[in-house]
Amino acid sequence: MADGIALRARLRPYAVVLASRARSQTSYRANFALDLVSSLLSGLVELAEVWVLFHAVTRLGGLDFGQILLVFGMADLAFSLANMLFGHCDRLPTYLRAGTLDIFYLRPQPLLLQLVTSDISLRRLSRAAVGLVALVAGLAAGDITWNVGTVALLVISLVSGIATFAAMFVWAGGLQFFLVEGEEMTNAFVYGGRYAATQPASVWSRPLKVVFGYFFPMAFTGFLPAVVLLDLPAPAWLPAWLGWCGPLAALWAWAMALLCWRWGVRHYRGGGG
Amino acid sequence: MSAIVEAEGLTRQFTVRDGARRRRVLAVDDLTTRISAGEAVGYIGANGAGKSTTIKMLTGILVPTSGTVTTCGLRPVKDRRRLAREVGVVFGQRSQLWWDLPVRESFRILAAIHTLSAAAERARTEELVERLELAGFLAVPVRQLSLGQRMRAEVAAALLHSPRLVILDEPTIGLDVLSKQRLREFLVAERRAHGTTLLLTTHDMGDVERLCDRVLLIDHGRLVYDGDLAGLSRTAGAERVLTVDLTAPSADLTGIPAARHLSSEANGLRQRLAFDAESTTAARVFAAVAERAEVVDFTVEEPDIEDVVRRIYAARR
Repeated sequence: MADGIALRARLRPYAVVLASRARSQTSYRANFALDLVSSLLSGLVELAEVWVLFHAVTRLGGLDFGQILLVFGMADLAFSLANMLFGHCDRLPTYLRAGTLDIFYLRPQPLLLQLVTSDISLRRLSRAAVGLVALVAGLAAGDITWNVGTVALLVISLVSGIATFAAMFVWAGGLQFFLVEGEEMTNAFVYGGRYAATQPASVWSRPLKVVFGYFFPMAFTGFLPAVVLLDLPAPAWLPAWLGWCGPLAALWAWAMALLCWRWGVRHYRGGGG
Repeated sequence: MSAIVEAEGLTRQFTVRDGARRRRVLAVDDLTTRISAGEAVGYIGANGAGKSTTIKMLTGILVPTSGTVTTCGLRPVKDRRRLAREVGVVFGQRSQLWWDLPVRESFRILAAIHTLSAAAERARTEELVERLELAGFLAVPVRQLSLGQRMRAEVAAALLHSPRLVILDEPTIGLDVLSKQRLREFLVAERRAHGTTLLLTTHDMGDVERLCDRVLLIDHGRLVYDGDLAGLSRTAGAERVLTVDLTAPSADLTGIPAARHLSSEANGLRQRLAFDAESTTAARVFAAVAERAEVVDFTVEEPDIEDVVRRIYAARR
């Protein structure tokens, strides 16, 4: 009980900032509605890409359209939610230029936590809705044996997927401390990673396999759990049991992200820290 | 008196890329100084002299290359979060308010960030609103404020958690005369009421003259003067200027001992004479003038501090 109150008190600074962000974004109704629509459209365009592709082929990497929808839905939903909560972390140069980061240093909270909770992009909710619809459609079309195991796998994979993509944004922020024009470079991985994640890993080229299969564990956010859910044959380089390893992938991604963040902060402060 | 800032051989080096070559630049070079509780110190120097770097080391944003510093008895880098509760910083060039929110809302968020109790928040907000005259625009979003209003809100934001040390980095930059005046008056009152220690960097010598009882002058990272303002002018050998209005047009008043004729206006009705405060006095110069012409009115200008700083810099080159 006392612990609960203490925790609430500790979280209050972050909650108050986030609530103010949410309020300011929604206070102009028409504006917010437009934001939602534009974000929805960008989500639909991504989905349309998959759909158009299936006008040319009937299967991709051994998956049919319904199965691809499942992969797309899981990865895109996780990405959109991570983007809503963490997307501003990879715009670190903006914070550096505005001096916002120095302001964070002058406040009695950890730096990264302040950065993460300094903004939230509610407009991305509509984008997440596209992912959710694709996911539900994919689940309905797929031949899935529903039991406790499959439900657990779905939930675990979604949560780990959000965490994995969130880590990508933090990773990008950490690198941008010392990369000039770092946004361009990290975007290639963050958004390239999202794109790769919404495709079956079985069609990835070799460099993609190395980068997004293992280094940035993108295959764990959609493709691998879908393989297990749909009971599909797994590619030789990614055994099916890996489908359960989303949480490990998320841990790996966060370890890398925090390492990069620490590295970046040290560079910024210019010392052993 | 207890020390608020204690710097010992504080040094910060930057590596600057100059094309392919790397160059080392000493932004702050072996700074040793002590600021006691309740002091008001002006930290002056040209752009790039190392003022901001010093502030960043005092507040734990930057790690010193060598040397040590304690601020409010804490190690800035290690104890950054605890130190944040003791220090308030106003950056003239960057905002810590939320652009899209009303001023009042920004204060509420900052109170939560500094975990002020509801009672403390109310009391302090009321005090600052009254003393900085913010009541008229508390409900206005920050982006709609004039610069003068915004700076007052910034100062309130930095002081909301009643810090022991307030650092102001160019607080009056771009402000009109009246806004500057108000801000200075507030800072004087705040210091008197709470014993707050002030450290301010500025280009505006009016700030230093009205607020500070001690000046630190830094040049290329090195502390070149530490003392009061009058001493700074003496060091530089800066001149005072006597302006006299005469009853009738007169010839230029040259040849007055230890004084130099600067200019004449309206056929010599008004004349300006510069003299060195070390070698003569205003009274002696005035007496010499009065012997040669009938004086209607006169003023004595103190040396322009910017000029003083320029002289000190020039002497070091």
